[in-house]
Amino acid sequence: KTLRHFYYQMMLQMQDPSTGVKGTDQKLNITIIPHVITGQDIVAWITKNMNIDNDEAQAFGTMLVAFGYIYPLQDHKKLVLRPDGSLNRFQTPYFWPVQKWKAEDTDYGIYLAKRNIRKKGVLDAYEQEEYNKLHKWMNHKWDFIVMQAKEQYHAGKARQKADRVVFDCQERAYWIVHRPPPQTHSAMDYGLDRHIDPNVEEIIYTQQAVMRSRVKSSVSLGALAKYITTFKNHDPFLIPCLPSNPWHTDDDSYWELNAPDVEIPTKMRVERWSFSFYELLNDPRGRADFKIFLKKEFSGENLAFWEAAEELKWGTAASMSEKAEQIFKTFLAPGAPRWINIDGRTMGLTVKGLEHPHRYVLDGAQTHIFMLMKKDTFYRYLKSPVYKEIQKKAISPAQLQQNMRNRRPSIDPIITWQKEQEEKAKAAAAAGPVDIKKLMASKLDRK
Amino acid sequence: MIFRETSQNINIYKNMCYFICYYSIHILNSFFLLRLSPSKHSSPPRISCFLLEMAAQEVASQPSDTLATLKTESETLKTKLEEERAKLHDVELHQVAEKTEALGQFVMKTRRTLKGHGNKVLCMDWCKDKRRIVSSSQDGKVIVWDAFTTNKEHAVTMPCTWVMACAYAPSGCAVACGGLDNKCSVYPLSLDKNENLAAKKKSVAMHTNYLSACCFTNSDMQILTSSGDGTCALWDVESGQMLQSFHGHAADVLCLDLAPSETGNTFVSGGCDKKACVWDMRTGQCAQSFETHESDINSVRYYPSGDAFASGSDDATVSLFPSCIFFKWRLLFGGYNDYTINVWDVLKGTRVSILFGHENRVSTLRVSPDGTAFCSGSWDHTLRIWA
Repeated sequence: KTLRHFYYQMMLQMQDPSTGVKGTDQKLNITIIPHVITGQDIVAWITKNMNIDNDEAQAFGTMLVAFGYIYPLQDHKKLVLRPDGSLNRFQTPYFWPVQKWKAEDTDYGIYLAKRNIRKKGVLDAYEQEEYNKLHKWMNHKWDFIVMQAKEQYHAGKARQKADRVVFDCQERAYWIVHRPPPQTHSAMDYGLDRHIDPNVEEIIYTQQAVMRSRVKSSVSLGALAKYITTFKNHDPFLIPCLPSNPWHTDDDSYWELNAPDVEIPTKMRVERWSFSFYELLNDPRGRADFKIFLKKEFSGENLAFWEAAEELKWGTAASMSEKAEQIFKTFLAPGAPRWINIDGRTMGLTVKGLEHPHRYVLDGAQTHIFMLMKKDTFYRYLKSPVYKEIQKKAISPAQLQQNMRNRRPSIDPIITWQKEQEEKAKAAAAAGPVDIKKLMASKLDRK
Repeated sequence: MIFRETSQNINIYKNMCYFICYYSIHILNSFFLLRLSPSKHSSPPRISCFLLEMAAQEVASQPSDTLATLKTESETLKTKLEEERAKLHDVELHQVAEKTEALGQFVMKTRRTLKGHGNKVLCMDWCKDKRRIVSSSQDGKVIVWDAFTTNKEHAVTMPCTWVMACAYAPSGCAVACGGLDNKCSVYPLSLDKNENLAAKKKSVAMHTNYLSACCFTNSDMQILTSSGDGTCALWDVESGQMLQSFHGHAADVLCLDLAPSETGNTFVSGGCDKKACVWDMRTGQCAQSFETHESDINSVRYYPSGDAFASGSDDATVSLFPSCIFFKWRLLFGGYNDYTINVWDVLKGTRVSILFGHENRVSTLRVSPDGTAFCSGSWDHTLRIWA
């Protein structure tokens, strides 16, 4: 912001009628352009008023051109300031680089279309290429773009010739800065096709690649090999699953025994929960067992918060603010019924972010809580009596050898989902703060 | 309109005619590129060490120096990179895998053949219940099957042909599909078998070219799509609003896969520009980019640990190429244009099995959520369940 303010002040001073750079009327083709300044005058002014030497002034002048505050009239595709009699003009503030208004592809499309309408074949090769690309990307908008281009073209025709020529120069300069031709450097390089010199681009790529943190191959490959070994016995393609693979024996007991809400899980399933916190959470039965442990430790709010944050992240856009408010009231507000214990900085940032909630607003807090559970609570769970008990209770079904020929249908997933939602609602109601009035009313009823 | 559809068809055919047989497994944050090629001898392949990463940082542009200085700077950096790589490359995969036993005899058969589509099957997805699947075909039909009983449970006729993408919602209550209509639509499924599903259809995604892949995120409320218009996008299902768009591919994006990580914030996409990109869903930025293939990337799949992904492409001159792949722990499955399915041992880099059965090109392949079977869809109009 301060940099832009500095440039703004600079431009004002440079265009001051008495102390600024002297401008003259110049003839360009057959039109007379007002307020034309020469390169050497610009450099001289900068040298004098900024108290720097000639070379620095030239570099600074080139930067002004690269940003689009000054534009050359001749050789307009090269965004450099030549310290000679070359002709330049100050760009109109309308076309100054402003952070809030990025040069949109739509506007560029309109500009190119407009020039095409004015005179066919006037676009340079790179512009024609851009035009074709935009025509392809924005096909659905193309009618709008052509319409806008025609409007602007007609509006332009209504202007006086001199004004039109000046405006055309300004607009052309603006687009040279924001969509530089090949081999031209502007300070505003951005967009889908960054026109950086390919050699520079390769250097940037390689630089970043060198700096990127990486691990030794023994570590990364070792991790991969370890992961494979861990799951070796749990891969139904390699080791037969018990009692049998439903697809082999036409018997779906394997699925029945491993249903999400089954009361007694299998031994293999319980073992899998110990592989990683992710495996435990991902399995609904595992998560349920973990919740039992948390209840005994009176630290259920951490998982509840994590689940609520997940619902916010993956929920509908319309439910965002309501969910965020609910989460704040339940977990983050001072004195909240299920207040989570996170460090002051994360809490501060999260609460501030909740003033303008978006789906990722709880990321910081969620990660913190997740890591806490992963690094501490999870390992205590694995050593806990709760886990040991479920390990004991878990069953190991006998292997089924023959084909049962029992391809029976299963419950429709829609019904399963509806049941799950009902269970969730019941659990939420049970865990929520008690409504004293309702409680009293029901007591009176019973009396 | 007819002209447009024809040129799109040509594009699709071109994209499906691949001639490479390399699978590359990119291990994120490391250098490894494991090339698996189905040579007759199936010896352990060379592990090549390449640079695979590029951080997506904005770098202020500087006035260009002379060409000569740039070239020397580039060369010095590249040498430095090679040195760094060499330092970290302390083992080969086969060394790490030496102690692991080789896989025994591997027998897999077709257990179910699902017949019902009137034309090429283009895509399929499993339901979380491990037995239902949704499949889409060139004839415009999308069918939901209980693959265990082989019953057709739902059928939808799309208003367009070439339904190239379909996905089952995590809840099991809806399916999403799209293709040449440039849209991704969500159809809530109903318990009433007679209900016309098309009546409740919701148009969610709108692209400017064909839809190549779609995938639900962790909930029914959001869909990730990739399109022939070179972009991927994340959509809110209820409102149809675009939540995030991902620009960076220079050509059609053919495939995508969500990372199975606990944070679930990234996905990988592969395109006709030979690039595979890993994206951050929150910011829309490309976190890593891999340009190791020499041709279109047809299929990308994350490894269950979330640390690596595999990409299948049509790189070379051998007339055997994978058009679809799937990873599950030790095995990698690839469907090929020679009508077979090859099964690879990821650790040893060897081929474990070739499965015959389809009578035309295999176009889509996925392992069931619990790993008990995998399903393949083919241009022979059928789907097969293998176990």
